[in-house]
Amino acid sequence: MTTQRATSEPKTYLGHHAFDGARELGRIAALTFLGALRSRRPKGELVRQLYQVGNRSLLFVLVTLGFTGMVLVFQSCLQLSRVTGDLSQVGGEFIKYLIHEFGPSLTAMMLATRVGAGIAAEVGSMVVTEQVDALRMCGVEPVEYLLVPRFLATQVMTLTLAVFGVLSAVLMGAWTAHQTFHVPYSVFLDISKVRSTDVLTGVIKALAYGAAIPIVSGFCGLRTHGGSEGVGWATTRAVVSSSFAVIVLDFLISALALLTWQAH
Amino acid sequence: MTRALLALGTVVLSLCREIGGMALLGCYTLFELIRGRCDGRELVRNLYKMGVVSVPIVSLTALFTGGTMVIQSGIFVQRFQAYGLLGWGTGYAVLREVGPILIGLMFSGRVGANNAADLGSMVVTEQVDGLRALAIEPIPFLIVPRVLAMILAMFCLLVLGDAVAIAGGMVFGKLLLGVDFASFYASFVDAIKLWDLTVGLLKGTFFALMIALTSCHYGLAVKGGAVGVGHAVNDAVVAAALLIMVSDDIWTMVLR
Repeated sequence: MTTQRATSEPKTYLGHHAFDGARELGRIAALTFLGALRSRRPKGELVRQLYQVGNRSLLFVLVTLGFTGMVLVFQSCLQLSRVTGDLSQVGGEFIKYLIHEFGPSLTAMMLATRVGAGIAAEVGSMVVTEQVDALRMCGVEPVEYLLVPRFLATQVMTLTLAVFGVLSAVLMGAWTAHQTFHVPYSVFLDISKVRSTDVLTGVIKALAYGAAIPIVSGFCGLRTHGGSEGVGWATTRAVVSSSFAVIVLDFLISALALLTWQAH
Repeated sequence: MTRALLALGTVVLSLCREIGGMALLGCYTLFELIRGRCDGRELVRNLYKMGVVSVPIVSLTALFTGGTMVIQSGIFVQRFQAYGLLGWGTGYAVLREVGPILIGLMFSGRVGANNAADLGSMVVTEQVDGLRALAIEPIPFLIVPRVLAMILAMFCLLVLGDAVAIAGGMVFGKLLLGVDFASFYASFVDAIKLWDLTVGLLKGTFFALMIALTSCHYGLAVKGGAVGVGHAVNDAVVAAALLIMVSDDIWTMVLR
């Protein structure tokens, strides 16, 4: 039906499409938030999702964030040794930046690919095999049954994994600085520059990403239609949309932080 | 104890299998490419599907990346009143590190995942076997054009993305920090060398090769219906992200 509309009136189609999508996304977000507040969850599902989202992404996050830490420290040491040659400030500034920017954002980018794709693939194949319709037939709201546990698990685990990611990046960064530029560990690991507002920004970012990733990818998963090809498309769309949501949220929260509590 | 050893062994073996599969696929592709066997029409179709269609998402990503980088350098710039360094900071970060990585991750999500899904559903619906039955070899017909198209598309998208990110940085620098276009441009042109752009483009092109190999490998290795396709896409994106991060580190150490 929608494709017919597309050929006859492209403008109306586009409007309808965007409007329908936005309304559906809003509905899913509202239902997820409401469902998260109520405590009617299938037993053991939350623990299973926490394991799926958290434990199974831990190694991935540790490796990627560790390598990012190495790159960032290497680049900044290289640049600074050309300009001033004083490398004692690198560690403090690096840890500060990691906490309020790179730690949460890169962890979330990684989770958007791993967890976002996982949610969309799982929910999408349930839609295609008509398991979601079966849930509706039994009087169970699929959003509440499928998305709420995933939402809660991602919410908790984004913050937790961001902490682990920051630790991994700091340790690998300290090691790089020690090995290539001979910065002692005691000078590098300097947390005196981190202020409470930096931690606050990082936590707000992690919470926002943790909410956006499951909602956006659950939305993409629930809109799956048409066989195995459809599942593939839904997964693709989930990865792109949730990564993009992370980038936009990062920009918005950083701008807000710059204009309000980081300005001085 | 034995169970832990067994689990470790399974992980290592499957890792070896995946890496070996990708390396083998890369060798086959290179071999067919040297022999000049690549379906031209498929190449053009894939260039459109991977390059042209990704322009909006890459431009938007680049715009926000430029903005975020300006904000992050802005904290420094405000503290030291060093408004002349904004162009240098943003340009260096975008061209050398953040641009290739973020555009690479977006490209992997948009194009790599799509490619894995496409190949996966072809395998599941037995279209690849159908090609073999028609005496059309899958690698020159399916894989070589895709790998080539991804590398070419990524190169062009990266040039576009860098330009958009720098332009976005200029605009947001004006809006949020009040740095006018002329001083941003002056510090950008002064401090950024052609080498910085070259390093970024080299990295990005290598990331595209990694994305192409992972997505083709996982797509062709799909087993078992719709669920298998979903898993393959998931695995392909995760492997591509991992390879992007690790190879970025190696490139940074090699190309100073």
